[in-house]
Amino acid sequence: MATLDVTFAALADPTRRAILARLALGEATVMELVQPFELTQPAISQHLKVLENAGLITRRVEGTKRPCRLAQEGVAEIDQWLAMLRKALARSYERLDNVLAEIETKKGRKKK
Amino acid sequence: MSKMTLKTEGDRHVVVTRKFAASPEALYRAHTEPKLIQKWMLGPEGWTMPVCVSEAKPGGKIRFEWTREKGGGFYLTGEYVELKPHSKIVHVERMFLPDPTPDNHVETRFDADRSGTLMTMRMTLPDEKARAAMLATGMESGMEASYVRLEGVIQTEASKQASAP
Repeated sequence: MATLDVTFAALADPTRRAILARLALGEATVMELVQPFELTQPAISQHLKVLENAGLITRRVEGTKRPCRLAQEGVAEIDQWLAMLRKALARSYERLDNVLAEIETKKGRKKK
Repeated sequence: MSKMTLKTEGDRHVVVTRKFAASPEALYRAHTEPKLIQKWMLGPEGWTMPVCVSEAKPGGKIRFEWTREKGGGFYLTGEYVELKPHSKIVHVERMFLPDPTPDNHVETRFDADRSGTLMTMRMTLPDEKARAAMLATGMESGMEASYVRLEGVIQTEASKQASAP
């Protein structure tokens, strides 16, 4: 899963994660991303290139602009992985509550 | 559920805490006995753990295999480093997805408190990049909002596709 490696490397940068969060709200051009992030256009373009290579965003041509949007497949791939781990912990611990209750009940019975 | 906290510490650590209404002994057993582990360490709905090896002794092997009816599956291997009944477990683990993730060194402590037990799980990753990858799982609270939005996008897109003729 070489792609997943590239994807994680792309996600390891806070600015790129913030760009993804912004794109989650809708399509944006480079100029629209430059303003909120207070970075130069080349810096933003470089981040976008990394995200594009990781399959996290796609860009289309609209006249002289190249608006970016989240890539459905790339996001779905990490989502599958992240949903697994994040929810896994919380859900597992809810189950563990029940297992522990059983253990304590059995122990209580033995004592009597 | 707000019972669980997840925080980063330094560059390479992730710390998870959770309170349980049970004794440290019960928690220790539930973390080390295969038959008990198989009942809860399952993650999201739909997954089961048909294979669970947990040799609770220093150097003992760990192997958890998960599967689900819909298809798909993955596994984790590891080794126990140190066990102190019923208060501390130290082990190393890595996931195979199918390529191995970097070794995660995990120290789990069970401390009795008034109403039960406070569990503290301290993970140490080899470097910042490996931890970033783990945190890209959306577990870090600061990123939660972004990912909730990402999920919103995915769901919206999915329903659009579903409703398309």
